[in-house]
Amino acid sequence: MKQIVVISGKGGTGKTVITASFAALAKNKIMVDADVDAANLYLLLNPKIKSENAYVGSQSAFIDAEKCIGCGKCEEVCRFSAIAEKDEVYCVDDLSCEGCGSCVLVCPEKAITLEKEETGKWFVSDTKYGPFVHAKLAIAQENSGKLVSVIREKAKDIAVEKNADYVIIDGPPGIGCPVIASLSGIDTAIVVTEPSLSGMHDMERVIGVAKHFGVETKAIINKYDINLENTENIKKFCEKERIEVLGHLPFSDIVSHSIVKGVPIVEFCDEKIAKDIANIWEKIK
Amino acid sequence: MIIAVASGKGGTGKTLVATGLALSLKDNVQFFDCDVEEPNASIFLKPKIEKKEIVYLPKPIVEPSHCTGCGKCAEVCQYNAIAVVKGKVLIFNELCHSCGACSLACPEKAIFEVDSEKGVLEGGRSNDIEFWQGSLKVGEAAPTPLIKALKKKVDNKKTVIIDSSPGTSCPMVEAVKDADFVILVTEPTPFGLNDLTLAIEVVRQLKIPFGVIINRCDKGDEKVELYCQENKIPILIRIPFDRKIAELYSKGIPFVTEKKEYLVKFREMFKLINKELS
Repeated sequence: MKQIVVISGKGGTGKTVITASFAALAKNKIMVDADVDAANLYLLLNPKIKSENAYVGSQSAFIDAEKCIGCGKCEEVCRFSAIAEKDEVYCVDDLSCEGCGSCVLVCPEKAITLEKEETGKWFVSDTKYGPFVHAKLAIAQENSGKLVSVIREKAKDIAVEKNADYVIIDGPPGIGCPVIASLSGIDTAIVVTEPSLSGMHDMERVIGVAKHFGVETKAIINKYDINLENTENIKKFCEKERIEVLGHLPFSDIVSHSIVKGVPIVEFCDEKIAKDIANIWEKIK
Repeated sequence: MIIAVASGKGGTGKTLVATGLALSLKDNVQFFDCDVEEPNASIFLKPKIEKKEIVYLPKPIVEPSHCTGCGKCAEVCQYNAIAVVKGKVLIFNELCHSCGACSLACPEKAIFEVDSEKGVLEGGRSNDIEFWQGSLKVGEAAPTPLIKALKKKVDNKKTVIIDSSPGTSCPMVEAVKDADFVILVTEPTPFGLNDLTLAIEVVRQLKIPFGVIINRCDKGDEKVELYCQENKIPILIRIPFDRKIAELYSKGIPFVTEKKEYLVKFREMFKLINKELS
């Protein structure tokens, strides 16, 4: 079984459109949407939810006002500026609290407890392309990396059970914790980039992260015809870094039409772009 | 006044809007690139960097001669960053949140903390604009401490423009949370609408007034328009797709320098935001 993740660094380069097409092209696979705080892959796969599960991703300190004597030791040790005094009562700002429990340790009155919070849901669904594991992180939550690990673990279990050949993962943008969680145990990371200076800068950083964790990367240049000179520079960079460029895709209006229709582009049309993506998948599989 | 530019979905044009707005206002502007995972605004504003500050966070280190292997540290660590195996303490730095609970809990005072580099803050000027950006060290997981450090440079007397990271989780919240107004940039596709509604939930929870800019407004469907109408959300600017804008963007040229009509649009939008807030 091969685990493949599609990442980009910069957002909006085409990760989800390409992942959905791989989902339609690959045989015997499980899909995962690891972009848990702005999940979009479901819009192209039309899943039927089979099971819904609570994700208890974080906890927050809670101060019992009855027991609090207002000594302020909790505020002193809190490194996240999450505790403040209001009218001689200490209160926790849930958005800032990281649930570390330092305040619990120092409170002489045992007035503080950590309360677990349900901070998202994850789903196992059926799609016409196969099983799909996805999630919805509640807004403004942390620990999205942990939720990514939870759904990837589930997808791996299903893959083993079904003897699947591939786990295909739509990754999040950026280089932080959800990206790191998306890269662990991956066989190939596909970096989708675009020939803008921003896209190139962000691609170099995310390739750096993949390298840091010892994951092999390959590249796809999307919207290559927006800037041919930059496209050449990306190819040179990849050659220097020994990163295989799997192919380049043109800027095309059909992409947004296929998103509006909610269909992977390889099933939406048989234009060149669809054939190009199919060729890319042939090289990956 | 602090204006934050956010989006939910990535690649909708946050940096395009944030840098365009900064260049339209010029005077008394302080610009913060708070997308510390992938900072891009400097590509467009080309600031002259004058200051560099490395951001450190404390990491625990165990003094083996004092450690009895009691396991208290592992027990209190809420992030599973410490394991005690056969009396030996193992610390997984990438999971550590630098909260200090382990050193508070250690009965032998065997844990002390050392500085560990998380990233770098850079400050400078781009003509009349004061520019700041943060850049997360590659391989580090947590962007929020860097965003916090960056926002300490905010000068409330200035017009502060914040370019946020995409998404709706902790880094986005940290970037927008003290803003007086949030501009949400979206695109009129089901992806754009899905992520816009999530981003709106966040700014509503934070009780910050907001408006929407629809980028590439003619590439998709009507649903974002309708959603904004139904929910009485002001659409601040509509930017039709223009290949020229995409080409300028690809070269790192701020589109307002060639599409001067947008200078006027951004200034009008700024006036409108001011009026709404007063």
